[in-house]
Amino acid sequence: MASVQPAPGAAPPLLEVEGLVKHFPLRGGLLGRAGRVRAVDGVDFSVARGETLGIVGESGCGKSTVARLLMRLIEPDRGTIRFAGRPVGSPELPLRAYRRRVQMVFQDSWSSLNPRLSVEESIAFAPMVHGSPRAEALARAHALLDRVGLDPRRFAGHYPHELSGGQRQRVNIARALALGPELVILDEAVSALDKSVEAQVLNLLQDLKEELGLTYLFISHDLQVVRYLSDRVLVMYLGRVAELGPAEAIFEDPRHPYTQALLRSMPSLDPDARTREAPLQGDPPNPIDPPAGCRFHPRCAFAEPVCARREPALAVCGSGHRAACSMVEPGSGHSRAPRRAEEVALG
Amino acid sequence: MAAPALPAAEGEPAPLVRSPSFWRSVFARLRRDPVALAAAAVILALLVLALFGPWLVATDPYASSVLRRLKPIGTPGHPLGTDELGRDMLARLVHGARWSLFMGVTPVVLAFFLGAAIGITAGYAGGLLGTAIMRTIDVFYAFPSVLLAIALSGALGAGIENALLSLTLVFVPPIARVAESVATQLRNRDFVEAARASGAGALTIVRVHVLGNALGPIFVYATSLVSVSMILASGLSFLGLGVRPPEPEWGLMLNTLRTAIYVQPWVAALPGVMIFATSISFNLLADALRSAMDVKG
Repeated sequence: MASVQPAPGAAPPLLEVEGLVKHFPLRGGLLGRAGRVRAVDGVDFSVARGETLGIVGESGCGKSTVARLLMRLIEPDRGTIRFAGRPVGSPELPLRAYRRRVQMVFQDSWSSLNPRLSVEESIAFAPMVHGSPRAEALARAHALLDRVGLDPRRFAGHYPHELSGGQRQRVNIARALALGPELVILDEAVSALDKSVEAQVLNLLQDLKEELGLTYLFISHDLQVVRYLSDRVLVMYLGRVAELGPAEAIFEDPRHPYTQALLRSMPSLDPDARTREAPLQGDPPNPIDPPAGCRFHPRCAFAEPVCARREPALAVCGSGHRAACSMVEPGSGHSRAPRRAEEVALG
Repeated sequence: MAAPALPAAEGEPAPLVRSPSFWRSVFARLRRDPVALAAAAVILALLVLALFGPWLVATDPYASSVLRRLKPIGTPGHPLGTDELGRDMLARLVHGARWSLFMGVTPVVLAFFLGAAIGITAGYAGGLLGTAIMRTIDVFYAFPSVLLAIALSGALGAGIENALLSLTLVFVPPIARVAESVATQLRNRDFVEAARASGAGALTIVRVHVLGNALGPIFVYATSLVSVSMILASGLSFLGLGVRPPEPEWGLMLNTLRTAIYVQPWVAALPGVMIFATSISFNLLADALRSAMDVKG
């Protein structure tokens, strides 16, 4: 069990994900032999109400697939998603009800707005789908525009091509908030913006979270941004969780060699700590045919024969901190692994 | 689930800044395009001829005269000459506008609705259903359009209704193909995903998000088919499968006058000039529409 256990008697986490798997079939090939892209290959995590969970990883590691699976835009092959303790899509929590409570902001601010709808119509669409009268939905759209820092009298009647990227992303945020969701999935929501605009939008997201009591799932490849926003961080590698823990632990005391390499790749402002070598060699392996054993071992500086043989489980290495590495897992056979479970508990 | 409290929109009467809607701005750009204006003027003139022609030109288009056969342009009483049966060309051309426009536009309009419905369904649904629909359409698409029109008309029997039906069926596959490719592109856009994520049903998404973006390109393509439809309709008339003599239809007139091409080439060419002017006006308008819609998105 990799998800964080709730304290006894506490409310269940807002979102619990268990054993999430999504393989995309590949068609074609000379003899019609089909492979599978293991985009998401057994991911477990949970998000507590009110926190921000950051998901980081290189491109192609399955971050966006996780977002689309959580939004149920694509159906998972296996695994369960529970929201507020209830399985999503069950009679207890039908998909339509779930979608009022979970919304998503996409990366491409241009593609995610209908060019034929004015800003107010785009925002009012979801409330109208859920039965709001038009006038009420438009009034709500105006209030939300005001809240995300766009004067409704100036912007409500505009079309997406008349707005800047930052303004469009504010509209997308307003659209995601139109149903009053509890959890907002931000899939690279600020990645395409200029740095100065990005900072403004990040601050807006922070303010909105406090004001509306939101929970964020923040997906990004930008470690600085994830560190700024997240309470906890999940590091993904090739469709699996490499490391999961409090943001401070992940950034100050990373235990998985992949996380360590990612952090070393962050540009530093300190001239003495300048990055001189590429911390990670090569591209991530092909997710169609991931390496046996630990998926990171071909690129890992600490790899030993054991790493090619067995796939490490997510082992506890601190308070709420887990890493899927044989060096962390007690008794794994790696020369650097702790020998007994007690060592971990003490460490 | 109560929505979190948000500041209510203030109800002050300050006017909202509204941008012109997409179609309004397309129309504004069309009005600044001289070619589009000229093409629209020609089409408008043809429509006026089709609707009010019989009141504008009093001469009987059916009255024939053995003595006044194949008179040249400028003959007193027959400003555009007479045809091989001595009928007044001006009257026949004006009366023919009704038939020709009707035969050119009706099948395209019918095929536009049918093809767009089929193509958007196939494109938005995708998967097995989409493939099944499109492969069926491809079977029709495999025949040359003239051959298909003749075969269908022949099988259904002569007559204007059957000619219209067969022309409609000829234009459904190409329009459905365009509609399918447009809908497939739209289906994967993030705003459609966002609409799905908001819990909207497929019909609502198609109505609000797909139609508004797809109908424009499909309409442009359909407009360019009007000229093809007119020419195919003429061909059917020539084979006795569409409009029957002595009705004045431009294609039919062109075909019956073709034997007179050495005697009165200018008179014989007149129906062709009308077909040409109509087709090129529709094509230029379609082109102008395409560029007027090609702003962003």
